[in-house]
Amino acid sequence: MSEPHEEQAILNRSSVGFWIYLMTDCLLFASLFATFAVLRNATAGGPAGSDIFELPLVLTETVILLLSSFTCGMALLGLKTKNIRQIFIALGATYILGVAFLSIEVAEFAKLISEGHSWQQSAFLSAFFTLVATHGLHILAGLIWLVVLVVVLSRKGITPKFARQLTLFGLFWHFLDLVWIFIFTVVYLMGVAA
Amino acid sequence: MDIYLYRRLLDGSCRMTLKHYIIGFIASLALTLVAYTLVVAGSATGLTLLLLLAGLAVIQMIVQLNYFLHLGAEARPRYRLASFVFMALILLIIVAGSVWIMHHLDTNMMNMSPEAKDDYMKTQFDKGF
Repeated sequence: MSEPHEEQAILNRSSVGFWIYLMTDCLLFASLFATFAVLRNATAGGPAGSDIFELPLVLTETVILLLSSFTCGMALLGLKTKNIRQIFIALGATYILGVAFLSIEVAEFAKLISEGHSWQQSAFLSAFFTLVATHGLHILAGLIWLVVLVVVLSRKGITPKFARQLTLFGLFWHFLDLVWIFIFTVVYLMGVAA
Repeated sequence: MDIYLYRRLLDGSCRMTLKHYIIGFIASLALTLVAYTLVVAGSATGLTLLLLLAGLAVIQMIVQLNYFLHLGAEARPRYRLASFVFMALILLIIVAGSVWIMHHLDTNMMNMSPEAKDDYMKTQFDKGF
């Protein structure tokens, strides 16, 4: 069994390593944002952002994701007080909110495609689908990770390894919320405004 | 495992309290709603609106980095902050650089007919680029 300061050192190391992964992920999103910014007016006779975006729906998505970021923080606080019940409830809430977010996004995509506005119609739509769906895939990966965490927690309880994994998951989930703020602003709000 | 260990594990580099998360959540929600209202109400337009939206997004980024990702409370040496600043530099070069270059390509070439484009390329080539 390792000493407290040793555990602290492991947590610091792994969270710095994971943080650097998140920074490289940021650069992936940066190149997708740059692509979108360049192609935003290349509608090829198809619809522009202001024709197809439904802002109230997107605002709902934003609030849902922000709430899930908050409940994820509650799970991390439960770790601090070693309150296993709080962790279960908070992770469950995060999962439900994440699924709700993803369902709204998939419904939005399905509606666009059924109306003939798929990624094949214009460069603008290609860039839009690539950027937003890449974020959506990250959310999906986060939800799978969340299920694994809940299974591990129910089997083994709070172990130092679980504490570490949950801390890293927290970083990932908060990071995805941060990326969404920019998708919300740059793609949707500026798309409707301009 | 004793409770002491978990406290050590998480107290060290993070200031994680309920108060922090609530402040972060309310501030983020308020900033989101302000940005949304600005667009829907249509009180600002054009470049002013775009700059306001960008400003609000950056403020919300700082709020979330501080209150959710605890970047401000990192112990020295600040590896996370350093890698974040470096990432931000590369991000600015990629995004601003792409937009800048492609905008100039657009204004210089996209309004020409194919023949005019050929002529333009030819004169540029004769000048020796």
